[in-house]
Amino acid sequence: SSDSRDEALRDKRTQIQSRGLPKQKPIEGIKQVVVLASGKGGVGKSTTAVNIALALAANDSTKEVGLLDADVYGPSIPKMMNLKGNPELTPKNLMRPLKNYGIACMSMGFLVEETAPVVWRGLMVMSAVEKLLRQVDWGHLDYLIIDMPPGTGDVQLSVSQNIPIAGAVIISTPQDVALLDARKGAEMFRKVHVPVLGLVQNMSVFQCPKCKHETHIFGADGVRELAKTLGLDVLGDIPLHVNIRETCDSGQPVVISHPQSDAVSLVHCASDNKKPSPRS
Amino acid sequence: LFLFPAERSNLAGVRHILLVLSGKGGVGKSTISTELALSLRHSGKKVGILDVDLCGPSIPHMFRVQDNDVHQCDSGWVPVFVDQDKSISLMSIGFLLEKPDDAVVWRGPKKNALIKQFVADVAWGDLDFLIVDTPPGTSDEHISTVEALRPYKPIGAILVTTPQAVSVGDVRRELTFCKKTGLPVLGIVENMSGFVCPHCSECTNIFSKGGGEELAKYAGVPFLGCVPLDPQLSQSLEEGRDFIQEFPKSSAFPALAHIAQQILDGTSQQSS
Repeated sequence: SSDSRDEALRDKRTQIQSRGLPKQKPIEGIKQVVVLASGKGGVGKSTTAVNIALALAANDSTKEVGLLDADVYGPSIPKMMNLKGNPELTPKNLMRPLKNYGIACMSMGFLVEETAPVVWRGLMVMSAVEKLLRQVDWGHLDYLIIDMPPGTGDVQLSVSQNIPIAGAVIISTPQDVALLDARKGAEMFRKVHVPVLGLVQNMSVFQCPKCKHETHIFGADGVRELAKTLGLDVLGDIPLHVNIRETCDSGQPVVISHPQSDAVSLVHCASDNKKPSPRS
Repeated sequence: LFLFPAERSNLAGVRHILLVLSGKGGVGKSTISTELALSLRHSGKKVGILDVDLCGPSIPHMFRVQDNDVHQCDSGWVPVFVDQDKSISLMSIGFLLEKPDDAVVWRGPKKNALIKQFVADVAWGDLDFLIVDTPPGTSDEHISTVEALRPYKPIGAILVTTPQAVSVGDVRRELTFCKKTGLPVLGIVENMSGFVCPHCSECTNIFSKGGGEELAKYAGVPFLGCVPLDPQLSQSLEEGRDFIQEFPKSSAFPALAHIAQQILDGTSQQSS
Protein backbone atom coordinates (compact mmCIF):
# COMPACT_ATOMS: atom_id res chain seq x y z
CA SER A 1 0.00 0.00 0.00
CA SER A 2 3.03 2.30 0.55
CA ASP A 3 4.02 1.57 -3.08
CA SER A 4 0.67 2.72 -4.38
CA ARG A 5 0.94 5.80 -2.14
CA ASP A 6 4.38 6.58 -3.63
CA GLU A 7 3.00 6.18 -7.10
CA ALA A 8 0.06 8.42 -6.34
CA LEU A 9 2.50 11.00 -4.96
CA ARG A 10 4.66 10.80 -8.10
CA ASP A 11 1.64 11.18 -10.34
CA LYS A 12 0.40 14.16 -8.36
CA ARG A 13 3.85 15.76 -8.51
CA THR A 14 4.08 15.31 -12.30
CA GLN A 15 0.59 16.74 -12.65
CA ILE A 16 1.45 19.84 -10.63
CA GLN A 17 4.79 20.35 -12.39
CA SER A 18 3.27 20.06 -15.84
CA ARG A 19 0.61 22.59 -14.93
CA GLY A 20 3.35 25.09 -14.19
CA LEU A 21 5.10 24.79 -17.55
CA PRO A 22 3.93 27.12 -20.30
CA LYS A 23 2.38 25.45 -23.33
CA GLN A 24 4.10 25.96 -26.67
CA LYS A 25 1.81 27.88 -29.00
CA PRO A 26 2.82 29.00 -32.50
CA ILE A 27 2.41 32.67 -33.44
CA GLU A 28 -0.27 33.09 -36.06
CA GLY A 29 1.01 34.00 -39.51
CA ILE A 30 4.63 33.04 -38.88
CA LYS A 31 5.82 30.01 -40.82
CA GLN A 32 9.22 29.36 -39.30
CA VAL A 33 11.14 30.72 -36.35
CA VAL A 34 14.92 30.59 -36.29
CA VAL A 35 16.83 31.73 -33.23
CA LEU A 36 20.37 33.06 -33.25
CA ALA A 37 22.18 32.40 -29.99
CA SER A 38 25.68 32.02 -28.69
CA GLY A 39 26.04 31.63 -24.96
CA LYS A 40 28.88 34.14 -25.16
CA GLY A 41 28.40 37.88 -25.42
CA GLY A 42 29.95 40.01 -28.11
CA VAL A 43 30.55 37.34 -30.76
CA GLY A 44 28.35 39.09 -33.29
CA LYS A 45 24.86 37.66 -32.82
CA SER A 46 23.02 40.88 -33.58
CA THR A 47 25.37 41.86 -36.40
CA THR A 48 24.95 38.43 -37.98
CA ALA A 49 21.20 38.27 -37.29
CA VAL A 50 20.65 41.57 -39.07
CA ASN A 51 22.79 40.59 -42.05
CA ILE A 52 21.31 37.10 -42.30
CA ALA A 53 17.76 38.48 -42.22
CA LEU A 54 18.70 40.86 -45.03
CA ALA A 55 20.49 38.12 -46.97
CA LEU A 56 17.44 35.85 -46.69
CA ALA A 57 15.24 38.62 -48.07
CA ALA A 58 17.74 39.48 -50.80
CA ASN A 59 18.16 35.85 -51.89
CA ASP A 60 14.42 35.41 -52.42
CA SER A 61 12.34 38.53 -52.78
CA THR A 62 9.10 36.59 -52.38
CA LYS A 63 9.95 35.79 -48.76
CA GLU A 64 8.81 38.01 -45.91
CA VAL A 65 11.33 38.18 -43.09
CA GLY A 66 10.93 39.53 -39.57
CA LEU A 67 13.56 40.25 -36.95
CA LEU A 68 12.92 40.12 -33.21
CA ASP A 69 15.51 41.52 -30.84
CA ALA A 70 15.04 39.52 -27.65
CA ASP A 71 17.96 41.17 -25.86
CA VAL A 72 16.04 43.37 -23.45
CA TYR A 73 19.14 44.56 -21.59
CA GLY A 74 21.27 45.52 -24.56
CA PRO A 75 19.09 45.88 -27.67
CA SER A 76 21.37 46.49 -30.62
CA ILE A 77 18.93 45.97 -33.51
CA PRO A 78 17.47 49.50 -33.58
CA LYS A 79 20.90 51.03 -34.12
CA MET A 80 21.95 48.49 -36.73
CA MET A 81 18.72 48.72 -38.70
CA ASN A 82 18.63 52.52 -38.39
CA LEU A 83 15.21 52.43 -36.74
CA LYS A 84 13.93 54.66 -33.98
CA GLY A 85 10.71 55.53 -32.25
CA ASN A 86 7.77 53.98 -30.43
CA PRO A 87 5.69 51.41 -32.33
CA GLU A 88 2.15 52.36 -33.32
CA LEU A 89 -0.78 50.33 -32.12
CA THR A 90 -3.22 48.60 -34.47
CA PRO A 91 -6.98 48.73 -33.84
CA LYS A 92 -6.59 45.30 -32.22
CA ASN A 93 -4.06 46.79 -29.76
CA LEU A 94 -1.07 44.99 -31.26
CA MET A 95 2.26 46.75 -31.78
CA ARG A 96 3.15 47.42 -35.37
CA PRO A 97 6.72 46.34 -36.11
CA LEU A 98 9.05 49.02 -37.48
CA LYS A 99 10.26 48.32 -40.99
CA ASN A 100 13.47 49.08 -42.78
CA TYR A 101 15.11 47.51 -45.84
CA GLY A 102 11.95 45.38 -46.09
CA ILE A 103 12.44 43.67 -42.72
CA ALA A 104 9.82 43.95 -39.95
CA CYS A 105 11.61 44.57 -36.65
CA MET A 106 10.64 44.60 -33.00
CA SER A 107 12.93 45.34 -30.10
CA MET A 108 12.92 46.48 -26.50
CA GLY A 109 14.94 49.37 -27.84
CA PHE A 110 11.76 50.82 -29.39
CA LEU A 111 9.97 50.77 -26.07
CA VAL A 112 12.51 52.40 -23.78
CA GLU A 113 14.66 55.50 -24.06
CA GLU A 114 18.07 54.91 -25.53
CA THR A 115 19.89 55.76 -22.34
CA ALA A 116 17.50 54.06 -19.93
CA PRO A 117 18.75 50.74 -18.50
CA VAL A 118 16.31 47.91 -18.09
CA VAL A 119 17.04 46.81 -14.57
CA TRP A 120 14.63 43.93 -14.29
CA ARG A 121 14.64 40.58 -12.61
CA GLY A 122 13.84 37.47 -14.62
CA LEU A 123 10.11 37.44 -14.03
CA MET A 124 9.55 40.84 -15.59
CA VAL A 125 11.79 39.95 -18.48
CA MET A 126 9.68 36.88 -19.18
CA SER A 127 6.53 38.90 -19.49
CA ALA A 128 8.27 41.49 -21.68
CA VAL A 129 9.51 38.80 -24.05
CA GLU A 130 6.01 37.34 -24.19
CA LYS A 131 4.70 40.75 -25.26
CA LEU A 132 7.44 41.22 -27.86
CA LEU A 133 6.44 37.85 -29.32
CA ARG A 134 2.68 37.86 -29.17
CA GLN A 135 1.51 41.44 -28.88
CA VAL A 136 3.05 42.33 -32.25
CA ASP A 137 1.20 42.52 -35.55
CA TRP A 138 3.75 40.48 -37.48
CA GLY A 139 1.40 39.79 -40.38
CA HIS A 140 2.50 36.89 -42.58
CA LEU A 141 6.16 36.01 -42.26
CA ASP A 142 8.07 33.19 -43.90
CA TYR A 143 10.87 33.56 -41.37
CA LEU A 144 11.12 35.20 -38.00
CA ILE A 145 14.74 35.56 -36.89
CA ILE A 146 15.09 35.96 -33.14
CA ASP A 147 18.29 37.57 -31.90
CA MET A 148 18.89 36.17 -28.44
CA PRO A 149 20.82 37.84 -25.63
CA PRO A 150 24.01 36.23 -24.33
CA GLY A 151 23.74 33.58 -21.64
CA THR A 152 21.57 30.57 -20.95
CA GLY A 153 18.82 31.90 -18.74
CA ASP A 154 15.36 33.33 -18.49
CA VAL A 155 14.98 34.73 -22.01
CA GLN A 156 16.24 31.62 -23.77
CA LEU A 157 14.03 29.42 -21.62
CA SER A 158 10.97 31.63 -22.07
CA VAL A 159 11.29 31.77 -25.83
CA SER A 160 11.95 28.03 -26.23
CA GLN A 161 9.07 27.07 -23.95
CA ASN A 162 6.64 29.56 -25.46
CA ILE A 163 6.80 28.99 -29.22
CA PRO A 164 7.79 26.15 -31.54
CA ILE A 165 11.24 26.86 -32.97
CA ALA A 166 12.32 25.46 -36.34
CA GLY A 167 15.95 25.60 -35.36
CA ALA A 168 18.73 27.40 -33.57
CA VAL A 169 21.95 28.73 -35.03
CA ILE A 170 24.86 29.17 -32.67
CA ILE A 171 27.43 31.83 -33.38
CA SER A 172 30.89 31.84 -31.94
CA THR A 173 34.31 33.30 -32.47
CA PRO A 174 37.19 30.81 -32.64
CA GLN A 175 38.31 31.85 -29.13
CA ASP A 176 38.43 29.24 -26.37
CA VAL A 177 36.22 31.08 -23.90
CA ALA A 178 33.62 31.75 -26.62
CA LEU A 179 33.60 28.09 -27.65
CA LEU A 180 33.09 27.05 -24.03
CA ASP A 181 29.93 29.12 -23.90
CA ALA A 182 28.82 28.04 -27.38
CA ARG A 183 28.98 24.48 -26.18
CA LYS A 184 26.80 25.39 -23.21
CA GLY A 185 24.40 27.11 -25.59
CA ALA A 186 24.14 23.94 -27.67
CA GLU A 187 23.56 21.92 -24.50
CA MET A 188 20.82 24.30 -23.43
CA PHE A 189 18.95 23.88 -26.72
CA ARG A 190 19.27 20.13 -26.35
CA LYS A 191 17.67 20.38 -22.91
CA VAL A 192 14.68 22.31 -24.23
CA HIS A 193 14.38 20.13 -27.36
CA VAL A 194 15.19 22.79 -29.95
CA PRO A 195 17.10 21.42 -32.99
CA VAL A 196 20.47 23.09 -33.60
CA LEU A 197 20.87 23.79 -37.32
CA GLY A 198 24.58 24.44 -37.04
CA LEU A 199 27.36 26.78 -35.99
CA VAL A 200 28.60 29.99 -37.57
CA GLN A 201 32.22 31.01 -37.10
CA ASN A 202 32.46 34.78 -36.81
CA MET A 203 35.51 37.05 -36.62
CA SER A 204 37.52 34.18 -38.05
CA VAL A 205 40.40 36.11 -39.55
CA PHE A 206 41.54 39.70 -40.06
CA GLN A 207 43.30 40.90 -43.20
CA CYS A 208 45.43 44.01 -42.76
CA PRO A 209 44.09 46.55 -45.26
CA LYS A 210 47.62 47.79 -45.93
CA CYS A 211 49.79 44.70 -46.33
CA LYS A 212 47.10 42.01 -46.67
CA HIS A 213 48.74 39.95 -43.93
CA GLU A 214 46.17 37.68 -42.30
CA THR A 215 46.00 37.49 -38.52
CA HIS A 216 43.77 35.12 -36.61
CA ILE A 217 43.11 37.57 -33.80
CA PHE A 218 40.68 35.39 -31.90
CA GLY A 219 42.23 32.06 -32.83
CA ALA A 220 41.71 29.80 -35.83
CA ASP A 221 39.24 27.07 -36.66
CA GLY A 222 38.04 26.54 -33.12
CA VAL A 223 34.43 26.54 -34.30
CA ARG A 224 35.08 23.86 -36.92
CA GLU A 225 36.59 21.63 -34.27
CA LEU A 226 33.70 22.21 -31.89
CA ALA A 227 31.23 21.47 -34.70
CA LYS A 228 33.00 18.19 -35.35
CA THR A 229 32.85 17.25 -31.66
CA LEU A 230 29.17 18.08 -31.41
CA GLY A 231 28.29 16.53 -34.76
CA LEU A 232 27.02 19.81 -36.17
CA ASP A 233 27.52 21.59 -39.48
CA VAL A 234 29.46 24.80 -39.88
CA LEU A 235 27.01 26.99 -41.75
CA GLY A 236 29.46 29.76 -42.50
CA ASP A 237 32.74 31.45 -41.78
CA ILE A 238 32.69 35.24 -41.54
CA PRO A 239 35.90 37.25 -41.35
CA LEU A 240 36.61 40.36 -39.29
CA HIS A 241 36.16 43.28 -41.59
CA VAL A 242 36.13 46.93 -40.63
CA ASN A 243 33.24 47.41 -43.07
CA ILE A 244 30.93 45.17 -41.10
CA ARG A 245 31.34 47.18 -37.91
CA GLU A 246 31.31 50.56 -39.67
CA THR A 247 28.10 49.84 -41.52
CA CYS A 248 26.36 48.49 -38.43
CA ASP A 249 27.33 51.59 -36.48
CA SER A 250 25.84 53.77 -39.21
CA GLY A 251 22.70 51.69 -39.56
CA GLN A 252 23.36 50.45 -43.09
CA PRO A 253 24.25 46.77 -42.63
CA VAL A 254 26.91 45.49 -44.96
CA VAL A 255 24.56 43.19 -46.92
CA ILE A 256 22.72 46.31 -48.08
CA SER A 257 25.56 48.79 -48.37
CA HIS A 258 28.32 46.61 -49.83
CA PRO A 259 26.49 43.74 -51.49
CA GLN A 260 29.49 42.77 -53.58
CA SER A 261 31.97 42.38 -50.76
CA ASP A 262 33.53 39.05 -49.76
CA ALA A 263 32.11 39.23 -46.28
CA VAL A 264 28.63 39.50 -47.71
CA SER A 265 29.01 36.48 -49.98
CA LEU A 266 29.92 34.50 -46.88
CA VAL A 267 26.84 35.76 -45.06
CA HIS A 268 24.73 34.66 -48.00
CA CYS A 269 26.32 31.22 -47.79
CA ALA A 270 25.45 31.02 -44.15
CA SER A 271 21.86 32.06 -44.70
CA ASP A 272 21.47 29.59 -47.56
CA ASN A 273 22.73 26.73 -45.46
CA LYS A 274 20.56 27.73 -42.62
CA LYS A 275 17.15 27.69 -44.27
CA PRO A 276 15.26 24.99 -42.39
CA SER A 277 13.33 22.50 -44.49
CA PRO A 278 9.73 23.60 -45.01
CA ARG A 279 7.22 21.96 -42.71
CA SER A 280 3.86 20.73 -43.90
CA LEU B 1 19.48 36.39 19.81
CA PHE B 2 22.93 35.63 18.41
CA LEU B 3 23.98 37.88 15.55
CA PHE B 4 27.24 37.57 13.65
CA PRO B 5 29.07 40.86 14.18
CA ALA B 6 30.11 42.41 10.86
CA GLU B 7 33.83 42.19 11.75
CA ARG B 8 33.68 38.40 11.64
CA SER B 9 32.17 38.15 8.14
CA ASN B 10 34.11 36.50 5.36
CA LEU B 11 34.63 39.85 3.68
CA ALA B 12 36.02 41.53 6.80
CA GLY B 13 39.62 41.04 5.64
CA VAL B 14 39.00 42.47 2.17
CA ARG B 15 40.19 46.05 1.95
CA HIS B 16 38.70 47.18 -1.35
CA ILE B 17 35.91 45.65 -3.45
CA LEU B 18 35.47 46.71 -7.05
CA LEU B 19 33.11 45.51 -9.76
CA VAL B 20 33.86 45.16 -13.45
CA LEU B 21 30.71 45.92 -15.43
CA SER B 22 29.60 46.45 -18.97
CA GLY B 23 26.25 46.77 -20.59
CA LYS B 24 27.60 44.87 -23.58
CA GLY B 25 28.72 41.29 -23.88
CA GLY B 26 32.08 40.28 -25.26
CA VAL B 27 33.93 43.54 -24.60
CA GLY B 28 36.52 41.85 -22.43
CA LYS B 29 35.25 42.14 -18.85
CA SER B 30 36.77 38.81 -17.79
CA THR B 31 39.96 39.50 -19.71
CA ILE B 32 40.28 42.95 -18.13
CA SER B 33 39.42 41.55 -14.66
CA THR B 34 42.17 38.96 -15.10
CA GLU B 35 44.68 41.48 -16.45
CA LEU B 36 43.85 43.96 -13.70
CA ALA B 37 44.33 41.29 -11.03
CA LEU B 38 47.71 40.41 -12.54
CA SER B 39 48.74 44.07 -12.70
CA LEU B 40 47.74 44.68 -9.10
CA ARG B 41 49.64 41.58 -8.05
CA HIS B 42 52.63 42.90 -9.98
CA SER B 43 52.44 45.90 -7.64
CA GLY B 44 52.59 43.58 -4.64
CA LYS B 45 48.90 43.35 -3.78
CA LYS B 46 46.87 40.28 -2.79
CA VAL B 47 43.90 39.97 -5.09
CA GLY B 48 40.76 37.85 -5.27
CA ILE B 49 38.39 37.50 -8.22
CA LEU B 50 34.73 36.65 -7.71
CA ASP B 51 33.16 35.50 -10.97
CA VAL B 52 29.39 35.99 -10.77
CA ASP B 53 28.79 35.17 -14.42
CA LEU B 54 26.84 31.98 -13.82
CA CYS B 55 26.01 31.20 -17.45
CA GLY B 56 29.43 31.83 -18.94
CA PRO B 57 32.10 31.60 -16.24
CA SER B 58 35.34 32.47 -18.00
CA ILE B 59 37.66 33.25 -15.08
CA PRO B 60 38.79 29.70 -14.16
CA HIS B 61 39.66 29.11 -17.79
CA MET B 62 41.79 32.26 -18.05
CA PHE B 63 43.98 31.03 -15.20
CA ARG B 64 43.90 27.45 -16.47
CA VAL B 65 42.50 26.09 -13.21
CA GLN B 66 39.10 25.08 -14.55
CA ASP B 67 39.58 21.48 -13.36
CA ASN B 68 40.18 22.48 -9.74
CA ASP B 69 37.71 21.64 -7.03
CA VAL B 70 36.46 23.88 -4.27
CA HIS B 71 36.97 22.72 -0.70
CA GLN B 72 35.14 23.66 2.45
CA CYS B 73 36.54 24.95 5.69
CA ASP B 74 34.97 26.11 8.95
CA SER B 75 34.06 29.54 7.64
CA GLY B 76 32.81 28.38 4.26
CA TRP B 77 34.25 27.76 0.81
CA VAL B 78 37.96 28.00 0.23
CA PRO B 79 38.75 30.00 -2.91
CA VAL B 80 40.98 28.43 -5.55
CA PHE B 81 44.56 29.77 -5.61
CA VAL B 82 46.15 30.13 -9.00
CA ASP B 83 49.72 29.45 -7.90
CA GLN B 84 52.04 28.66 -5.02
CA ASP B 85 52.31 32.24 -3.73
CA LYS B 86 48.56 32.31 -3.10
CA SER B 87 48.59 35.92 -4.25
CA ILE B 88 45.55 35.49 -6.49
CA SER B 89 42.46 33.56 -5.41
CA LEU B 90 39.31 32.83 -7.40
CA MET B 91 35.72 31.79 -6.92
CA SER B 92 33.43 30.89 -9.79
CA ILE B 93 30.55 28.59 -10.58
CA GLY B 94 32.97 27.07 -13.05
CA PHE B 95 34.59 25.16 -10.17
CA LEU B 96 31.28 23.78 -8.94
CA LEU B 97 30.18 22.17 -12.19
CA GLU B 98 30.61 18.44 -12.57
CA LYS B 99 31.83 18.78 -16.13
CA PRO B 100 33.21 22.03 -17.52
CA ASP B 101 30.73 21.85 -20.40
CA ASP B 102 27.68 21.64 -18.15
CA ALA B 103 25.22 24.39 -18.98
CA VAL B 104 23.72 26.38 -16.13
CA VAL B 105 20.22 27.07 -17.35
CA TRP B 106 18.68 28.75 -14.35
CA ARG B 107 16.02 31.33 -13.80
CA GLY B 108 16.57 34.38 -11.61
CA PRO B 109 15.70 33.17 -8.09
CA LYS B 110 18.18 30.29 -8.24
CA LYS B 111 20.90 32.60 -9.52
CA ASN B 112 20.19 35.06 -6.69
CA ALA B 113 20.56 32.34 -4.08
CA LEU B 114 23.95 31.29 -5.38
CA ILE B 115 25.23 34.84 -5.66
CA LYS B 116 24.25 35.52 -2.04
CA GLN B 117 26.26 32.44 -1.07
CA PHE B 118 29.23 33.54 -3.14
CA VAL B 119 29.27 36.87 -1.38
CA ALA B 120 28.78 35.58 2.15
CA ASP B 121 30.30 32.11 2.23
CA VAL B 122 33.70 32.32 0.56
CA ALA B 123 36.57 32.47 3.05
CA TRP B 124 38.69 35.08 1.25
CA GLY B 125 40.94 35.82 4.21
CA ASP B 126 43.00 38.99 3.88
CA LEU B 127 42.88 40.63 0.47
CA ASP B 128 43.90 44.07 -0.76
CA PHE B 129 41.41 43.91 -3.63
CA LEU B 130 38.40 41.79 -4.51
CA ILE B 131 37.49 42.14 -8.18
CA VAL B 132 33.94 41.08 -9.02
CA ASP B 133 33.57 40.01 -12.66
CA THR B 134 29.97 40.22 -13.91
CA PRO B 135 28.00 38.99 -16.92
CA PRO B 136 26.75 41.53 -19.46
CA GLY B 137 23.56 43.50 -18.85
CA THR B 138 21.64 44.81 -15.87
CA SER B 139 19.73 41.76 -14.68
CA ASP B 140 19.28 39.42 -11.75
CA GLU B 141 22.98 38.80 -11.28
CA HIS B 142 23.74 42.52 -11.13
CA ILE B 143 20.87 43.48 -8.86
CA SER B 144 21.66 40.62 -6.48
CA THR B 145 25.39 41.27 -6.49
CA VAL B 146 25.04 44.98 -5.76
CA GLU B 147 22.48 44.29 -3.02
CA ALA B 148 24.58 41.59 -1.41
CA LEU B 149 27.75 43.71 -1.53
CA ARG B 150 26.14 46.93 -0.29
CA PRO B 151 26.91 46.39 3.43
CA TYR B 152 30.60 45.98 2.53
CA LYS B 153 30.76 49.32 0.69
CA PRO B 154 32.46 48.52 -2.64
CA ILE B 155 34.75 51.34 -3.79
CA GLY B 156 33.01 51.38 -7.15
CA ALA B 157 32.78 49.96 -10.65
CA ILE B 158 34.97 49.94 -13.73
CA LEU B 159 32.97 49.96 -16.93
CA VAL B 160 34.47 48.21 -19.94
CA THR B 161 33.45 49.01 -23.48
CA THR B 162 34.72 48.56 -26.99
CA PRO B 163 34.81 51.76 -29.01
CA GLN B 164 31.92 50.96 -31.35
CA ALA B 165 28.50 52.56 -31.16
CA VAL B 166 26.47 49.51 -30.10
CA SER B 167 28.79 48.90 -27.16
CA VAL B 168 28.90 52.50 -26.07
CA GLY B 169 25.09 52.59 -26.16
CA ASP B 170 24.85 49.66 -23.78
CA VAL B 171 27.48 51.09 -21.46
CA ARG B 172 25.58 54.36 -21.21
CA ARG B 173 22.73 52.34 -19.78
CA GLU B 174 25.08 50.64 -17.37
CA LEU B 175 26.22 54.09 -16.16
CA THR B 176 22.60 54.90 -15.34
CA PHE B 177 22.35 51.59 -13.48
CA CYS B 178 25.33 52.60 -11.35
CA LYS B 179 23.78 55.97 -10.59
CA LYS B 180 20.45 54.40 -9.66
CA THR B 181 22.02 51.84 -7.36
CA GLY B 182 24.45 54.31 -5.79
CA LEU B 183 27.55 52.53 -7.09
CA PRO B 184 30.41 54.99 -7.69
CA VAL B 185 31.98 54.78 -11.16
CA LEU B 186 35.77 54.52 -10.97
CA GLY B 187 36.05 55.02 -14.70
CA ILE B 188 35.67 53.67 -18.22
CA VAL B 189 38.11 51.39 -20.03
CA GLU B 190 38.08 51.35 -23.83
CA ASN B 191 39.08 47.80 -24.78
CA MET B 192 39.98 46.32 -28.19
CA SER B 193 40.93 49.86 -29.12
CA GLY B 194 42.99 49.45 -32.26
CA PHE B 195 44.76 46.50 -33.79
CA VAL B 196 48.39 46.72 -34.83
CA CYS B 197 49.22 44.39 -37.70
CA PRO B 198 52.14 42.25 -36.52
CA HIS B 199 53.49 42.24 -40.05
CA CYS B 200 53.51 45.86 -41.13
CA SER B 201 52.56 47.70 -37.91
CA GLU B 202 49.61 49.42 -39.57
CA CYS B 203 47.02 50.21 -36.94
CA THR B 204 43.44 49.42 -37.95
CA ASN B 205 40.53 50.44 -35.78
CA ILE B 206 38.50 47.30 -36.32
CA PHE B 207 36.00 48.18 -33.62
CA SER B 208 36.35 51.94 -34.14
CA LYS B 209 38.18 54.26 -31.74
CA GLY B 210 37.44 56.90 -29.18
CA GLY B 211 33.89 55.87 -28.30
CA GLY B 212 34.80 55.00 -24.72
CA GLU B 213 36.76 58.20 -24.20
CA GLU B 214 33.92 60.32 -25.57
CA LEU B 215 31.42 58.55 -23.33
CA ALA B 216 33.60 59.21 -20.27
CA LYS B 217 33.79 62.90 -21.16
CA TYR B 218 30.04 63.09 -21.81
CA ALA B 219 29.14 61.30 -18.59
CA GLY B 220 31.69 63.13 -16.48
CA VAL B 221 33.48 60.00 -15.29
CA PRO B 222 37.25 59.32 -15.40
CA PHE B 223 38.63 57.75 -18.54
CA LEU B 224 41.05 55.06 -17.41
CA GLY B 225 42.62 54.32 -20.78
CA CYS B 226 42.62 52.44 -24.08
CA VAL B 227 43.65 48.80 -24.25
CA PRO B 228 44.67 47.54 -27.71
CA LEU B 229 43.63 44.25 -29.33
CA ASP B 230 46.43 41.81 -28.78
CA PRO B 231 46.14 38.55 -30.75
CA GLN B 232 48.95 37.13 -28.65
CA LEU B 233 46.63 37.07 -25.66
CA SER B 234 44.00 34.77 -27.11
CA GLN B 235 46.66 32.76 -28.89
CA SER B 236 48.45 32.09 -25.64
CA LEU B 237 45.22 30.80 -24.13
CA GLU B 238 44.53 28.63 -27.19
CA GLU B 239 47.96 27.11 -27.14
CA GLY B 240 47.78 26.45 -23.42
CA ARG B 241 50.64 28.78 -22.69
CA ASP B 242 50.73 30.49 -19.34
CA PHE B 243 48.82 33.74 -19.64
CA ILE B 244 50.29 34.85 -16.33
CA GLN B 245 53.81 34.62 -17.73
CA GLU B 246 52.93 35.92 -21.20
CA PHE B 247 50.96 38.93 -20.07
CA PRO B 248 53.85 41.21 -19.03
CA LYS B 249 55.25 40.93 -22.57
CA SER B 250 51.98 41.78 -24.31
CA SER B 251 51.18 45.13 -25.87
CA ALA B 252 48.18 45.41 -23.55
CA PHE B 253 50.36 45.35 -20.42
CA PRO B 254 51.38 49.03 -20.27
CA ALA B 255 47.76 50.12 -20.62
CA LEU B 256 46.67 47.77 -17.83
CA ALA B 257 49.54 48.83 -15.60
CA HIS B 258 48.36 52.43 -16.05
CA ILE B 259 44.77 51.49 -15.17
CA ALA B 260 45.94 49.57 -12.10
CA GLN B 261 48.03 52.57 -11.02
CA GLN B 262 45.01 54.86 -11.20
CA ILE B 263 43.06 52.43 -9.02
CA LEU B 264 45.92 52.25 -6.52
CA ASP B 265 46.22 56.05 -6.45
CA GLY B 266 42.48 56.37 -5.92
CA THR B 267 42.42 53.90 -3.03
CA SER B 268 45.50 55.27 -1.29
CA GLN B 269 43.91 58.74 -1.44
CA GLN B 270 40.82 57.33 0.25
CA SER B 271 42.67 55.75 3.13
CA SER B 272 44.93 58.75 3.80
